[in-house]
Amino acid sequence: MSFPWANHYEPKHPLMQWIDQRLPLPRFVYGAVGAGYPVPRNLNYWWNFGVLSGVALTIQLITGIVLAMHYASNGALAFDSVEHIMRDVNSGWLLRYAHANGASMFFIVVYIHIFRGLFFGSYKAPREMVWLLGLVIFLLMMATAFMGYVLPWGQMSFWGAKVITGLFGAIPLVGEPIQTWLLGGFAPDNAALNRFFSLHYLLPFVIAAVVILHIWALHIPGSSNPAGVEVKGPQDTLPFHPYYTAKDGFGLGVFLIAFALLLFFAPNALGHPDNYIPANPLSTPAHIVPEWYFWPFYAILRAFTVDIFGIPAKLLGVVAMFGSIILLFFLPWLDNSPVRSGHYRPLFKSFFVLLCIDVLILGYCGGAPAAEPYVMISQVAAAYYFAHFLIVLPMVARFEKPLPLPGSITEAVLAKNTIAA
Amino acid sequence: MATGEQAIDPHADASEDGVRRRDFINIAAVSFAGVGAASVLVPLVNQMNPSADVLAEASIEVDISAIAVGQAIKTIFRKQPLFVRHLTAKEIAAADAVNISELRDPETLAQRTKEGHKQWLITMGVCTHLGCVPLGAGEGEIKGAFGGYFCPCHGSTYDTAARIRKGPAPKNLLVPEYVFNSDTVIKVG
Repeated sequence: MSFPWANHYEPKHPLMQWIDQRLPLPRFVYGAVGAGYPVPRNLNYWWNFGVLSGVALTIQLITGIVLAMHYASNGALAFDSVEHIMRDVNSGWLLRYAHANGASMFFIVVYIHIFRGLFFGSYKAPREMVWLLGLVIFLLMMATAFMGYVLPWGQMSFWGAKVITGLFGAIPLVGEPIQTWLLGGFAPDNAALNRFFSLHYLLPFVIAAVVILHIWALHIPGSSNPAGVEVKGPQDTLPFHPYYTAKDGFGLGVFLIAFALLLFFAPNALGHPDNYIPANPLSTPAHIVPEWYFWPFYAILRAFTVDIFGIPAKLLGVVAMFGSIILLFFLPWLDNSPVRSGHYRPLFKSFFVLLCIDVLILGYCGGAPAAEPYVMISQVAAAYYFAHFLIVLPMVARFEKPLPLPGSITEAVLAKNTIAA
Repeated sequence: MATGEQAIDPHADASEDGVRRRDFINIAAVSFAGVGAASVLVPLVNQMNPSADVLAEASIEVDISAIAVGQAIKTIFRKQPLFVRHLTAKEIAAADAVNISELRDPETLAQRTKEGHKQWLITMGVCTHLGCVPLGAGEGEIKGAFGGYFCPCHGSTYDTAARIRKGPAPKNLLVPEYVFNSDTVIKVG
């Protein structure tokens, strides 16, 4: 590890030395999660969510590989094979519910992880690459989740596939050929289902690979922390193990309890009853919505109802929806404030709360029917979303007077404890 | 061997214009490999396109004699829904009364139907926004504020000539190619 306060791996046992000289894998593990990764001593529980995301990905990989042993990715068989998993396969119901709700849990912890980064300025120099790779993971997750939702081949699966691939149809000139190419036909059918299954199996491993890059990029500058000041020396850090393995272990317990409550007491609470109806190309469900984790983006998509400057409303909606995520790639350069942590940025903190409320409103509208007043509310909320990143953050960075920063992490910790005592 | 000399003088075998034989071989080899790699991509991309059985679309014939005035049916054409609607005199009048210059996708009812068969409105049942099936063809389905079709996904509203009037869809419902084989049978495709 390259940051100056990192401990270096020095194997004592001759066997470990022998391995280290030939394949430095123990060195890699030591540097990633062992005592070789000194972590700022003031991390709070918001810093649990990176590890929790990794656990959620692992749960999805394991349950998914097992489900693939029983699932048939054929338009005529898919729906029945999922019912076969639910009714006939031993523990099949548990594995499928764990996979379906595991996706929701994965998105919950990833959203908290992202908003943690937004509040504590984790995207700022020198951790821009960590942020960018995180966004790549987020995009891959969205693609994976979408294709996974198509696989049961119920009504919501089918119409979800139709609407989402229809987004590409909005691109001028080449849109429709692209849509046909993606689906392998003029409407979702066997060809689409098969390729979605293939990619749904592939992408999680791509995610795992990008996660390794994400952690690698993180371990070059080392973890950020709630005070937002850099580590000055060994007195500011603790070894990852046992201190943060224990803290993450506690968070993991809470996560698993929440997961178990959802899984065993409300496994269908976040799903849609319509997806227990086999796909029917002739009938669109009355209220078609994506899964909850796409609602804010779906609201932005639907916020455009009239053409502007001759650009069709459909294209505007699609561009805005993708733009709302692409925008985040520019965040490290839009927010110029040298102060990282929102705790020392009073004006930023207020706008951050406003952004959280705004995204919740967008989410609510995205799940609501396409009617007034939701369309108008989504329009206002979508406008604020873009204004927050494009106008508010650059302006706040310029005009805000931040509070005085603590001299070091240790000073911040001691000051806090003095107040508490 | 020349390699030993090259380590000392890399331009030993350069011709008068400074291009070495090795440069030429490098460019030729890499170009050849590049063309090979690119041509391997073609089948990998092309396999995603609709397969022959999907493309082998027979045109369909629809018997429309049983559709009463004011009624509509849904059938399947190229794996997508097709609406065949028998318009009432009132619906025709409503469609003709619209000032077409105010439309997002300006077309008259006459342009969207066959001559002498103005009461037969034949369109794809695929919303031009994101491809949902609009409501309004089935018995008892809501037809929206303009009496034609209403898409439940994002609220696009079509009039009695299936023209887009309100909501995000950019175009009127598509009229497929079709002919009247007789007064009661149409051939689509």
